[in-house]
Amino acid sequence: MVKDWQLVVGLEVHAQLLTRSKIFCGCPTTFGAEPNTHVCPICLAMPGVLPALNRQVVEFAVRTGLALGCAIQEKSVFARKNYFYPDLPKGYQVSQYELPICLGGGVDFTLDGAERRVRLTRIHMEEDAGKSLHGVAADGSSGVDLNRAGVPLLEIVSEPDIRSVDEAVEYLKALRTVLMYLGVNDGNLEEGSFRCDANVSVMPVGSTVLGTRCELKNMNSFRFLRQAIEYEVRRQVEILEGGGKVVQETRLFDPQRGETRSMRSKEEAHDYRYFPEPDLPPVRVPASWIEEVRRRLPELPRARAARYQRELGLSAYDAAVLTAELGTAELFDAAVSARAGGAEAAKRIANLINGEVARIANEVVVAPAAGKLTPAALAGVARLAEAGTIGGPGVRQVIEQLFRDGGDPDAVVAARGLAQVSDGSAVEAAVDAVIAASPGEVERYRAGNQKLLGFLVGQVMKAMKGKGNPVVVNAVLKRKLEEGGA
Amino acid sequence: MSAPGILERSLTDLAQALSRREVSSEEITAACLSRIEATDGKLHAFLRVAPERSLAAARASDARRARGEARSRLDGVPIALKDIFLTKGLETTCGSRILEGFVPPFDSTVVERLEAAGTVVVGKLNMDEFAMGSSNENSAFGPCRNPWDLERTPGGSSGGSAAAVAARQVFGAFGTDTGGSIRQPASLCGVVGVKPTYGRVSRYGVIAFASSLDQVGPIARTVPDAAALLGAVAGHDPRDQTSSPLPVPDYLAGLEDGARGLRIGVPREWLQGGSEAGVERRVREALSAYEAMGATLVDVELPHSKYGVAAYYLVAPAEASSNLARYDGVRFGLRAPARALGDMYGETRDRGFGAEPKRRIMLGTYALSAGYYDAYYLRAQKVRTLVRRDFDRAFERCDLVAGPVSPTVAFRLGEKVADPLQMYLADVFTISCNLAALPGLSVPAGIHPESKLPIGLQLVGRPFDETTLLRAARALEREMGPSPAPEAVG
Ligand SMILES: [Zn+2]
Repeated sequence: MVKDWQLVVGLEVHAQLLTRSKIFCGCPTTFGAEPNTHVCPICLAMPGVLPALNRQVVEFAVRTGLALGCAIQEKSVFARKNYFYPDLPKGYQVSQYELPICLGGGVDFTLDGAERRVRLTRIHMEEDAGKSLHGVAADGSSGVDLNRAGVPLLEIVSEPDIRSVDEAVEYLKALRTVLMYLGVNDGNLEEGSFRCDANVSVMPVGSTVLGTRCELKNMNSFRFLRQAIEYEVRRQVEILEGGGKVVQETRLFDPQRGETRSMRSKEEAHDYRYFPEPDLPPVRVPASWIEEVRRRLPELPRARAARYQRELGLSAYDAAVLTAELGTAELFDAAVSARAGGAEAAKRIANLINGEVARIANEVVVAPAAGKLTPAALAGVARLAEAGTIGGPGVRQVIEQLFRDGGDPDAVVAARGLAQVSDGSAVEAAVDAVIAASPGEVERYRAGNQKLLGFLVGQVMKAMKGKGNPVVVNAVLKRKLEEGGA
Repeated sequence: MSAPGILERSLTDLAQALSRREVSSEEITAACLSRIEATDGKLHAFLRVAPERSLAAARASDARRARGEARSRLDGVPIALKDIFLTKGLETTCGSRILEGFVPPFDSTVVERLEAAGTVVVGKLNMDEFAMGSSNENSAFGPCRNPWDLERTPGGSSGGSAAAVAARQVFGAFGTDTGGSIRQPASLCGVVGVKPTYGRVSRYGVIAFASSLDQVGPIARTVPDAAALLGAVAGHDPRDQTSSPLPVPDYLAGLEDGARGLRIGVPREWLQGGSEAGVERRVREALSAYEAMGATLVDVELPHSKYGVAAYYLVAPAEASSNLARYDGVRFGLRAPARALGDMYGETRDRGFGAEPKRRIMLGTYALSAGYYDAYYLRAQKVRTLVRRDFDRAFERCDLVAGPVSPTVAFRLGEKVADPLQMYLADVFTISCNLAALPGLSVPAGIHPESKLPIGLQLVGRPFDETTLLRAARALEREMGPSPAPEAVG
């Protein structure tokens, strides 16, 4: 039974750094170019070339380490990890081994209302490999694209602190958000710029002795990570309950079948023959530089969410949703300052972002801040809604258009005639007409069938072609119905 | 001055003649090309001669001289390069079948700097495959021979460089030295060879053998020639982050200051009968000459140098096993046809590499393997620290250290091929200098009394103190008088 077993997970994240050029040469790092166009003698590993370390990579590593509370090492050393593969031009990957740039630290997040912390073992810098492309040539042979070879990566290794699938997912989301806030990674799992391997084992509930672990690879979405761990737990529990032993190995997740399957056993594991990279001197990070990077750290998601709760009175939920992506939080902050309306206006803007903006963004599968809706325009929508100029349907239509095409909310409201009619006499005329035209319903309402109010409101709105201010319509209708009955 | 006559003169003399326009670069380059054509069938110092390219460069140099726009005092001087330096558009093989046909798309920094100085590169010189060897017999394209005796080796791995300079084919050459690969052939061919401090010359575009030991240096017929060539290429290169940012001194300044006042350390470990008698005799005579010139001899100890060969043959193969992984048939060089990836790797590397690179790849792979790393690679690195500490201690009492370069004069081709260990011991005196990252050189110290073959004296100096080394070498060179020319190639 799975419930008799405790799951233990440690995650290794490979995050591509958003530097303009590669880690050891000047080639661009942009994704999606024609194969083998972002290459040079250095990243092709021509004979005689040498690496020249991109200092931006070191700065990004320091920035990340500081944000995650790591101890930044004043001296760290690159090492060669030796293995043969066509997408690894030098026959070794330049990585860090015994002396990484960051040690310790942790990722904090909230799970089911409780504060959780997963400790980090280390963070180190390394280069990415290229990509093998199978069956691309006319004769069915394989090719290799080295555009990605030499793109800088941070490898972020957690302690085996994770005890549930939800925790694994929340850890990963929290880490991803921090990296995106720091501007060091774009958080794209599908394109593989944010990749995750999971070390998974199980032990009897109550035990403190870790079981034999398997390393799972190839989960390129949060859903696949969840599926892979869940499958792996069932598999390991089945083996152990059947009296067997889990074999330490690397297993590949198959997204089609939702299963993991053996890739290579411990015996087949590479002996990487690590040794210090003689072509690069040790990386020195002086304390003064660390302090400079610390001073320039942006406000991080959890600090920002706390500020939204403390200063703007937002709920924990709203604050968490707004801060999950830096762009969204920035849109929110800018709109709030444009509106300058205090806590109430902030709450309204938060609702707009988490409601209508999120809905339309979701429909076109982009981030809320990715549309053409400017902070000033969003502030304008909030103002119009607050003044009662537009109601729910109007808000929806204005935001939809502003998100897709941009523009000024007042102009959109005017052009599309979305302003509500709040004028008392116009509403009264419409109400009188509906009461006169629906004697049966009015009779039954007055006899106590309160539900008919909705129908009558609908009739008034219809008569006003949907432009009646629902608050005013409700009030006038109620008054007239009660007056007539008395 | 006639062109053939000037082939006998030094590079320094030629540079003067060029600046006085007594001779043109075109004439002198043509003379070198004729000399190569006449002698290299026997010598095989060159893997590749570039007649048109070098003559065009020579004419361009002459045009610059005519306009008064010489790039440096070396403008128009014909030189040649060990085939380990990448030369844009000119095939570069590193003495290996696996790079046959490889035409580099860029120049090494050394080549760029030589071009900026206006020198004329006439061709690429023979070498042991991937600079692994002490006799040139590991060249995949057949060994170079010693111009003093064609049955003997010129030494290695920069054997082609030393032989070409000794045989008056060119005025100077560049080689690389990982464990003695410049100094030993210079000694065996009777010319001057300088291995600068690690980090003094950029390794960018120089095919790597053992990255933490490899260093580029000049080979020339006189000390001032070598000093001028070193000055042309030394200095920091942002593309080589192991290159030193220290400024480069003028190596010609103070060169003639003599040996008076120098304290020369004589390591007792280097003169304890480890060399053949004739070699030891000439080395002792050179030391006496220094004393006569006003230098002081100081006894020093290098107790860890006896572990040098063992440490070297762990560190160098370990780094080589990794450096040579890129020759996999995927992107350049030889590719053996095969149906499966593993077969392609295996076949390509089996056909492409000779016996010595294979031996060292295996040694190095073993030394780095899980469970052996601490006992081999790590311990060898600790020995390096101890060797360096020995030198630091010695340099508290002396300005430079002197001793033999090679325990023997040039040996016969085939003599040590069957016994790699004997071959490795040819580097016993030169290896410590690489392990300790110090500058060293070989300067002619006379002719062996019986075999009539040249013998070199090794000088090792403080880090980045090439100046003192060159000054001391120049003093001995002047004392010895002009060295005789080899006669075996005519
Ligand atoms: Zn590149």
